[in-house]
Amino acid sequence: MSDTRPFAITLDVGSSLANRTGDWRTERPQYVRRLPPCNHGCPAGEDIQAWLYEAESGGGGYERAWRKLVADNPLPAVMGRVCFHPCETACNRAQLDEAVGINSVERFLGDEAISAGWELPEPHAVTGKRVLVVGSGPSGLSVAYQLALRGHHVTIREQAPKPGGMMRYGIPAYRLPRDVLDAEIERILALGVQLECGERVGDLRAAMREGAYDATFLAVGAHVAKHTEIPGGTASHVLDAIAMLHGLEEGEPPQIGRTVVVYGGGDTALDAARSAKRLGASAPLIIYRRTREQMPAHATELAEAEQEGITFRWLSTIAGVDGGELKIERMELDENGFPQPTGEYERLSADTVVLALGQDADLELLGGLDGIEIVDHTVAVDEQMMTGYPGVFAGGDMVPAERMVAVAIGHGRRAARCIDGWLRDVPARPEPQAELAAFEEINPWYYSDAPRTVRPLLEEIRRQSTFEEVVKGLDEASALYEARRCLSCGNCFSCDNCFGVCPDNAVLKPGGAGAPYAFDLDYCKGCGICVTECPCGAIEMIPEET
Amino acid sequence: MSTPLPFYQTGTFAVGGRLLDEDDRAVQSDPERSNAITKGHRACQGCGEALGARVVLDAALRAADGRLVAANATGCLEVFSTPYPESSWRLPWIHSLFANAPAVATGVAAALRAKGRTDIRVVGQGGDGGTVDIGFACLSGMFERGDDVLYVCYDNQGYMNTGVQRSGATPPAARTATTEPLGGHSGNSFGQGKSAPLIAMAHEIPYVATATVADLRDLEQKVTRAMSFHGPRYIHVLVPCPLGWGSATGETILIARLAKESGLFPVFEAVEGRITSVARIRHKVAVEEYLRRQKRFAHLFAGDGRPDVLARLQTLANRNIERYGLLDDADEPTDIGLLDALATSERGPV
Ligand SMILES: Cc1cc2nc3c(=O)[nH]c(=O)nc-3n(C[C@H](O)[C@H](O)[C@H](O)COP(=O)(O)OP(=O)(O)OC[C@H]3O[C@@H](n4cnc5c(N)ncnc54)[C@H](O)[C@@H]3O)c2cc1C
Ligand SMILES: Cc1ncc(C[n+]2csc(CCOP(=O)(O)OP(=O)(O)O)c2C)c(N)n1
Ligand code: SF4
Ligand code: SF4
Ligand SMILES: [Mg+2]
Repeated sequence: MSDTRPFAITLDVGSSLANRTGDWRTERPQYVRRLPPCNHGCPAGEDIQAWLYEAESGGGGYERAWRKLVADNPLPAVMGRVCFHPCETACNRAQLDEAVGINSVERFLGDEAISAGWELPEPHAVTGKRVLVVGSGPSGLSVAYQLALRGHHVTIREQAPKPGGMMRYGIPAYRLPRDVLDAEIERILALGVQLECGERVGDLRAAMREGAYDATFLAVGAHVAKHTEIPGGTASHVLDAIAMLHGLEEGEPPQIGRTVVVYGGGDTALDAARSAKRLGASAPLIIYRRTREQMPAHATELAEAEQEGITFRWLSTIAGVDGGELKIERMELDENGFPQPTGEYERLSADTVVLALGQDADLELLGGLDGIEIVDHTVAVDEQMMTGYPGVFAGGDMVPAERMVAVAIGHGRRAARCIDGWLRDVPARPEPQAELAAFEEINPWYYSDAPRTVRPLLEEIRRQSTFEEVVKGLDEASALYEARRCLSCGNCFSCDNCFGVCPDNAVLKPGGAGAPYAFDLDYCKGCGICVTECPCGAIEMIPEET
Repeated sequence: MSTPLPFYQTGTFAVGGRLLDEDDRAVQSDPERSNAITKGHRACQGCGEALGARVVLDAALRAADGRLVAANATGCLEVFSTPYPESSWRLPWIHSLFANAPAVATGVAAALRAKGRTDIRVVGQGGDGGTVDIGFACLSGMFERGDDVLYVCYDNQGYMNTGVQRSGATPPAARTATTEPLGGHSGNSFGQGKSAPLIAMAHEIPYVATATVADLRDLEQKVTRAMSFHGPRYIHVLVPCPLGWGSATGETILIARLAKESGLFPVFEAVEGRITSVARIRHKVAVEEYLRRQKRFAHLFAGDGRPDVLARLQTLANRNIERYGLLDDADEPTDIGLLDALATSERGPV
């Protein structure tokens, strides 16, 4: 028996490989990368699915994950603490059991990086271009980081004694410990970004001229507290939340009494009340004109505040202050959901009133610049993030958008592309957006049941008097588990299912990184089983050209 | 907060996964798998039988260290794989007649024994027509004599190769070329047909199992398990047929999954006549979800529909669920004796 012939064969036969069944096809499968809803929902522009994919390996995968993450957002340890995570609201897994705990994995990676001392990538060759950034909040830091990576020289001018903007002077330390903030800012400065603190820019035109800058990014935030007229005496001490939180950070604890009332319904109101509690107020009361459901504050922050003994009075306004007493008017919602006065009053004793009614941007520095359009105390920008004045770009709280750190970081990231284009005279093109990987593209059958892990909280007793961090991080095992809950929406994660289910052996496994599978179109009959059975929706059928 | 690891997003539902240990990956994820049936075969687009046979034989080849002979009954599996002079088979393979595959397999096993080649294992295989109907005497004989053969039936619930005629495995109410829904008839009759797996169990052979192409790992494990026994063994695999069932070619696996999840096709394992494990339903569905995707049941939904027939089919599914303990809260099935199962049996699994 010849040794090339398989055992026990007696007749010479031809192989069916001669029969190219690919001819039968009217449609062909192709691998695609769809846009995962988390990425779509992340205002910072992170490629969440991609870094979760790396983190799923554990071990060395964490650093790879962190590197993917910081390509878009240089502040993961900060964001893993303060972000309101719209990514999780968008996450497809929520329709299966619960959203992936993206934010807690982000924090885990950010903390790993700080403790392991991972460094940001080396900047590109120096271009010689000079960019001025006004303000060192998240937006200014983000743009500075991205521009430094592209080899531009960046100077940040900051009026406050320390960098960070509202991350330092707004968000209290019990939500964002300052050593974490400092570590992530340090890492950006280490790229060669020049930071000048205590330097207010009062006249932008002059500053640009003096420094001979090629472009400018404005990120001055919104720091001017809105006020409301409260008639009556001044026996009660009235102050604004922004000043209170700022003072706290500068080591000048605000003068507050035992009975503190906070007026407003946003996160700032909650932070002011929770800080007051830690400063000795007995049971701070938040007064808000609308209902609980209408509060702009985020649900988790609200729940944490309630746990700490903050009390609430909804559908109420402060109609006047008189001695140590407040006159409170009850409100009613009209048919459009707007609060209307009822003329019913009651009295409440309070020795301190903290106003948390929102902020406006201080745009004084724009004085001498033509062409800048101001809309409702904010600066209008075009799709290149540029103001009406050529070469002056802006982002963050000072432009019309949702006010949150992730948005500010995303603006910085986008603006950096546009500024880079401006400096090189090649306008940045919009980033291509893939088709959304909707839940309908997922084959939920394949995902094993896996409830979400929950981050532990600091014991309540220690939340009464200290500014110690309230929410703790995940341990390694839990972070890994959480990362592995990701469905990898719209992006192949090498599960081998297409390779296993094809009745025609028409899926090949060449084994290359990034493209683990390929279709053998000589034999694929175009049945579509691989498409239906791809767990994550990374294959589509397209009509065959005839 | 301790979470048991390793956990992987698809667990073991997909065939492989980059994070799984090699041992936890299915044979089908191995780029070096045998591909017992190679490409270029002439099975229809989305054929469940072509997939099922490759999975079964690749697993058996791995278990037998590559020393395996297959005897095949007439039917689609034979016709689409061997139009002379082409063959898709990458293992020694013999075909004789429609009715005699179990006997041919017996003969091959006897010949090998006579030559002292007990290292070489034998598989017999055929469609449901060749197994449940015309080849049944040969199969029963093979069981009864204790021949050392693993016999696998690829059940697509009809004589597909000759144009979709009814077999003893065709489910009630299904349209076939010989059970047209005409006059008052709504397809194949209720109360007829048989369950080959239960009858195989009645022979008290070492190993009997059912499986579907919706769970390739389960199918592979059953083949591997069967190969660990000697003597007659029987595996009955549900393999949807897009042509005969009138289903979308891309939904072959989905439909097999619905057959199992609705309870219409119970998936279980039996050792020496006793059921030792059942595959529980993970996400229960009404039979309608399974039936609606197939044109062979379209007459149940045309016009005012046939809620009475649907109810009867649901009753069959419910009885399977109860009899085999297919739901999570059911008692462990370890003690289900064959006679208990047969006692309530009006007919076999649909
Ligand atoms: C109390 C509070 C809590 C918050 N909590 C959260 C939260 O939990 N999560 C979240 O996502 N967002 C939160 N936010 C919102 C978030 O902090 C802001 O959206 C974000 O910081 C905006 O970033 P930015 O870079 O645009 O501006 P900022 O962070 O405000 O930074 C602007 C910087 O510019 C400096 N500056 C201003 N004018 C000049 C000038 N003329 N010259 C030089 N420097 C100047 C300022 O000193 C400041 O450092 C909170 C806001 C507040 C007030
Ligand atoms: C004795 C005999 N009768 C009839 C036939 C015709 N014939 C060939 S295959 C087949 C049907 C096969 O059905 P099944 O065994 O279920 O296999 P399938 O094609 O459905 O996979 C028939 C009737 C035959 N070859 N021999
Ligand atoms: S499952 Fe993963 S990829 Fe999909 S939305 Fe959630 S985090 Fe993103
Ligand atoms: S399962 Fe195979 S034959 Fe069917 S479309 Fe996919 S690659 Fe082609
Ligand atoms: Mg058949």
